[in-house]
Amino acid sequence: MTAGASLRSRGAALVLLLSTVFGPATSLTGQEVSGSVPTEPIVVASKPFAESFLLAELFAQRLEAVGIPVDRRPGLGATDLAFRALRTGAIDVYPEYTGTGLVAILGLEPEGDAADVYGIVSTRFMERYGVRWMPPLGFENSYAIAVRPETADSLNLRTLSDLAAAAPDLVAGFSPDFIGRPDGLPGLAATYDLRFEETRPLLQSVKYPAIAEGAVDVIDGYTTDGGLDRYGLVVLDDDADFFPPYEAAALLRPGLAAARPDVVAALAPLSGRLDAATMRRANRRIEVDGQEPAVVAAELLAGLSLGAPGATTATPSPDVADTGLAEFIWSRRGETARQTLRHLWLVAIALGAATLLAVPLGVTLARRPTVAEPVVRATGVLQTIPSIALLAFMIPLFGIGVGPAVIALFLYAVFPILRNTWSGVRDADPDAVDAARALGMTDGQILLRVRLPLAAPVVMAGVRVSAVIAVGTATLAAFIGAGGLGDPIVAGLALSDERLIISGALPAALLALVVDAGLSLVESAVRPRGLSED
Amino acid sequence: MSTHTPPRRADAAAVLEADGVSHAFGEVAALQGADLRVTDGECLALVGESGSGKTTLLRCFNALVRPSTGRLRVRGRAVADSDPVALRRSMGYVPQQGGLLPHWTVGRNVALVPTLLGRSNPEAAARAALERVGLPAVEFADRWPRTLSGGQRQRAALARALAAGPDLVLMDEPLGALDALARAELRHELGALIRDAGVTVLLVTHDLHEAAELADRIAVMKDGRVLQADTLDRLRAAPSDPYVTELLDRGLGSAVAP
Repeated sequence: MTAGASLRSRGAALVLLLSTVFGPATSLTGQEVSGSVPTEPIVVASKPFAESFLLAELFAQRLEAVGIPVDRRPGLGATDLAFRALRTGAIDVYPEYTGTGLVAILGLEPEGDAADVYGIVSTRFMERYGVRWMPPLGFENSYAIAVRPETADSLNLRTLSDLAAAAPDLVAGFSPDFIGRPDGLPGLAATYDLRFEETRPLLQSVKYPAIAEGAVDVIDGYTTDGGLDRYGLVVLDDDADFFPPYEAAALLRPGLAAARPDVVAALAPLSGRLDAATMRRANRRIEVDGQEPAVVAAELLAGLSLGAPGATTATPSPDVADTGLAEFIWSRRGETARQTLRHLWLVAIALGAATLLAVPLGVTLARRPTVAEPVVRATGVLQTIPSIALLAFMIPLFGIGVGPAVIALFLYAVFPILRNTWSGVRDADPDAVDAARALGMTDGQILLRVRLPLAAPVVMAGVRVSAVIAVGTATLAAFIGAGGLGDPIVAGLALSDERLIISGALPAALLALVVDAGLSLVESAVRPRGLSED
Repeated sequence: MSTHTPPRRADAAAVLEADGVSHAFGEVAALQGADLRVTDGECLALVGESGSGKTTLLRCFNALVRPSTGRLRVRGRAVADSDPVALRRSMGYVPQQGGLLPHWTVGRNVALVPTLLGRSNPEAAARAALERVGLPAVEFADRWPRTLSGGQRQRAALARALAAGPDLVLMDEPLGALDALARAELRHELGALIRDAGVTVLLVTHDLHEAAELADRIAVMKDGRVLQADTLDRLRAAPSDPYVTELLDRGLGSAVAP
């Protein structure tokens, strides 16, 4: 084999490896690589809670039933992340609720009538964003403010107006989404003059156990949640009609309806076919019984005669909820290995790029004290941006998927390496540096032979810190569809499946330990032998 | 008083010359018109209190400090016109803490200047220099600086300053970091080494006993100026300023140095 051929085959092998890691047809920016139009997969996404997973799976299986390939991206951040991804064309379809569209996205006042709300959002979304609302699926899923039955009995609570009187002695646990959005707590508090003793942000999946154990007294749920039934909670009546109607519907990205009439035709028969009772049962099977959204969705579609002509694609596993944790994790070992590899790739690329930038920059800054402080401080500010916020900023610029995730991880990784390189080179044994200069070493010789070798352990310590941060932060990359070990964590949180959460969190923690231990070996290797070992 | 050679004739060639040298670090004036002349083969000690400018004046001669005004010459050539790197390689340097590179062995440290100068076999020069300062090369060349005692570290620094055989060595408190016992022991050896090597030495010290034993002449500095530079006897006999007597009395007592 000639050298050129060998290089080419090595390049091909690399491309093959990258594509197996990142999934086929995904470029580094997370945009789909364009192919011929009919075979291009439709990107179906969801928000991170059980019903959204189920509806997205329903859309995906319906599209597949008529032969349209699908790329699934479940569990995108929350409303803001998912809608931003749709608006910018990073995803094609996700399930949304009309009331959410009206108040949280358009910023309008809540309206009482479901048909009016659908009319407003479908017109306004098309005008403002080019985004199309499919006709509603047939059920409403509004917010449900719920309390334990004992609380309702002892304080005589039936309505939200009753709650307002008792609120100063109660602790509320609301989802962060609900606390922030105008059709959530701010509007609710203003309408009913609600003042709780304390309001704690709680994730969807921990709210129900938290209220059942008495850690909080009031939660926000969805009217179709399985957890309301399971824990026997009392839903308080919205007697001032604050919450707008939340009808579920498929939301299509700008231009999709015109470019892909086959998608519209495939999803249209779902409209008006799902009632609230059906959804509550379906959600309960996922949230309480631990069944796969894919299995539940397949049965729903089959019940509507909208499924694939043959058997359902997903294999039903009725005993899945009964298997032990170890058995469950073992049964997912292939998937876990794939996700671990992808996780490691996300971290390795971000960390490698950050090191290539931060080490030379840190060396340069060590010789320019006047600009060094502002530059290092600026990268430090990046560190203070919450991960989810940074990931959200990435979407309009880089879409969703691996690209924006790697860029976000890269931005987080720069600061520890830069700071350590800068201070390590600057503060390298001043007596040794002074003697080296006084005996006739040039600036370049001092940098390469004295400062850098003495700073090497400090630089590596920075790389280690960045690596551990990156392994942890990369789990959040699942919120923007980048995959990795965050996938089972996000899905597990959404589906209230602890085993699924652990099947992602445990390997992520182990990976952090292994990466840290590996880099500590590198740190020892670059530590000059003359320096003390402690 | 030790038995060192008498001062050179006044017309001996000046190796180091400073004329009206002033320098400030920011707002702080370190040198304010300092004059100094060190002749070929003599050992001159710069003494004075902390902040009197002695270290700054020493660092002017190897271009580590670039004074704002005044003229500096080394071997008759203006420092301002010299290549600083070549200038520094032509003279030895012994700092207070030794300044050994901690990630290099003692042997490699001592071989530094011969290596920078591109000499053949710098290792051999290093081994010879180690032997001269009383550190047997077989025992010390492969050790790490952190495994040496304070006294051994200063000996190694001295070996490094002498390894390339310079005619001029700058020493900035070479014994300042040592405990009293090591300092006394090394002081005697240092005196012998300087005489044997026949080098010109500019020595900064705050220890007047050290100055009295090692130096041919002592230059008393105050507030960035050299008040007087002469032999100890003549500084005693004919001080140019009351401060000269005050400093000598404070540093040596009225008795002669031990």
